[in-house]
Amino acid sequence: MNNNNTEIIPSMMITDEEIDFRQYLSSEELSVIEHEVSIMETREAAGIEALKVVQKHRGWISDNSLIAIAQCLQISSAQLEGVATFYNLIYRQKVGHYVIHLCDSISCHLTGYDEILKVIQTYLGIGYGQTTPDGEFTLLSNVCLGSCDKSPAMMINGQHYHSLTNESVVSILNGLSQNAGENV
Amino acid sequence: MTSESWLEQALSQALTRPLTHLVNLEQPLDLQSYVQAGGYIGATKALTQLTPKEVLDIVSDSGLKGRGGAGFPTGMKWGCIPALQDESRQAPPSYLICNGDEMEPGTFKDRYLLEGVPHQLIEAMIIASYTINADKAFLFLRGEYHLAATRLQQAIDQAYENNWLGENIQGTNYQLDLYLHTSAGRYICGEETALINALEGKRAIPRAKPPFPQVSGLFGKPTVVNNVETLSNLPHILKHGSQWFKDLSPNSDPGTKLYAACGQVKNPGVWELPMGVTIRELLYDYAGGMKDDVKLKGLLPGGASTDFLVEQHLDTPMDFDSIGKAGSRLGTGGLIVLGDKHCPVAMVLNLLRFFAQESCGWCTPCRDGTPWAVEILTRIEQGKGSLSDMTQLEDLCDFMWLGKTHCALAPGAVEPLKSAMRYFKDDFEQHIEQGCCPYQSNSNEQAQKEEQIESEHLVREGTNQEGLNLEGINQERDSDE
Repeated sequence: MNNNNTEIIPSMMITDEEIDFRQYLSSEELSVIEHEVSIMETREAAGIEALKVVQKHRGWISDNSLIAIAQCLQISSAQLEGVATFYNLIYRQKVGHYVIHLCDSISCHLTGYDEILKVIQTYLGIGYGQTTPDGEFTLLSNVCLGSCDKSPAMMINGQHYHSLTNESVVSILNGLSQNAGENV
Repeated sequence: MTSESWLEQALSQALTRPLTHLVNLEQPLDLQSYVQAGGYIGATKALTQLTPKEVLDIVSDSGLKGRGGAGFPTGMKWGCIPALQDESRQAPPSYLICNGDEMEPGTFKDRYLLEGVPHQLIEAMIIASYTINADKAFLFLRGEYHLAATRLQQAIDQAYENNWLGENIQGTNYQLDLYLHTSAGRYICGEETALINALEGKRAIPRAKPPFPQVSGLFGKPTVVNNVETLSNLPHILKHGSQWFKDLSPNSDPGTKLYAACGQVKNPGVWELPMGVTIRELLYDYAGGMKDDVKLKGLLPGGASTDFLVEQHLDTPMDFDSIGKAGSRLGTGGLIVLGDKHCPVAMVLNLLRFFAQESCGWCTPCRDGTPWAVEILTRIEQGKGSLSDMTQLEDLCDFMWLGKTHCALAPGAVEPLKSAMRYFKDDFEQHIEQGCCPYQSNSNEQAQKEEQIESEHLVREGTNQEGLNLEGINQERDSDE
């Protein structure tokens, strides 16, 4: 863990000059960002949309991506970092192919969250904030997913799963595991 | 059910369940079907027959109050917009923002409207935008509502194609552009000034008021932020009149309300009912009462940031005034119900963890107070607390109360905490005196369950059971994609 933390420092020493956002960002990413800019009164207001589109294409926001987006929006990378790290759904670390967001809020807490968490952790062998060694699954918590009438709930890559039981959660993860195998 | 009979049944409830009678969660109505079902009549009336001031007067007269939690009168909120005070309409254009950042734990009512009848919200936003002199409107949706985002964008596209958005709407001089903005997951974005900062691409920290958004909001322009449910009432108020709206409710708070129940009830869900249904009716007639073998311990009447109520309050009407008099807030109108087999300290700890995580960190009472409360509650729940911890929690409730913080998040955290310490004082003291959580006296049972989970080989192939993988994600942090 300590080794990983020290790696952050050299990467943040990349200077903005080493990246040219026009080459770094794809034309599709640039066009989404410029469309958002055209709606807003300032370039910085496209920040969330820009982070989301780059994450959609690349899976996460690397330091280089952050610098490129900041350049494109004509703001400092420090300012964009303040925005990026503010949000739960912007990943500033590499995540797995499937990102599990397990709802840990009150309705799920009252209807079996503890056991579901235990089942997922046992099944995948990882805890919150971790990714399986094969890079398939990342486990994260999420504040209330708004599925309180069908709790416990989780969200995986934008898909919502409701009324989870110990059995159903394993079967969902198992199904995704097999999909992952086929993709290889 | 055929679509004809579905529609027939829906329309029979148009006057009693205006907000939800057209909700179809399987397949929401497209623009043409929504129009056939009586949609866009309210917007037509506003744009072609009424001046903005006249719309404002109707909405003010209806007595509509905000459904996002605070219950502020909508007409009064709009009335502060400069354009509505300046008859010459020389005032700068305003912005309308629909607050669809529904993230209050235990609240899921807006999702029902967003997914089930998207055109109703678009019609409502047209009416509101016209009234406050907005030519641009934003629908601010929480990042996790993917299905709602897809359906809303489809509805917006249809509205553009059919001249309900864009230039010269339906042949009038009125022009409106409506954009869907999906957020990226942070509770504080639901606070209206934090939401404005979020839309501006800034870190979403609440702003100091005044100036209020109606004077200086998004990009410094006059701005109104209204909740999804609040706005959704507008097409119906315009269509049927303010008197009809007042008559919907038997008491002083007009209209219907989306009520909900979740937690340890038999039949959790969301229902549109006349404002002022009692807690008892909601809990027993609609939510089916408590789950088997469980008795009512307490409930939060309107989301995570409201005070606990207990058995003695069951006959309180669920309206802003009555719930206020009972010592809580109507909030979002969603009951979170706690049974007597579940530890109330654990429940409050869960709530406070939420507030501590979602505190934006701007002001000290909230940034430091909420995690401090979590630390103390964790100690008590684990049986390591002392009676002085109770005094310290009381002090914290005072430090985090209204007037001492930048926004309402920390006071919202205080409400369930302080009321729990009042109604469940015995439970807190038992934890301290017995040195353990009295609700986990069946901890053997718990341990057996956990062993069972581990022994049933519910382990993914290739998973290393020796220990959790602590490296995984970080190693590749700096590898370029």
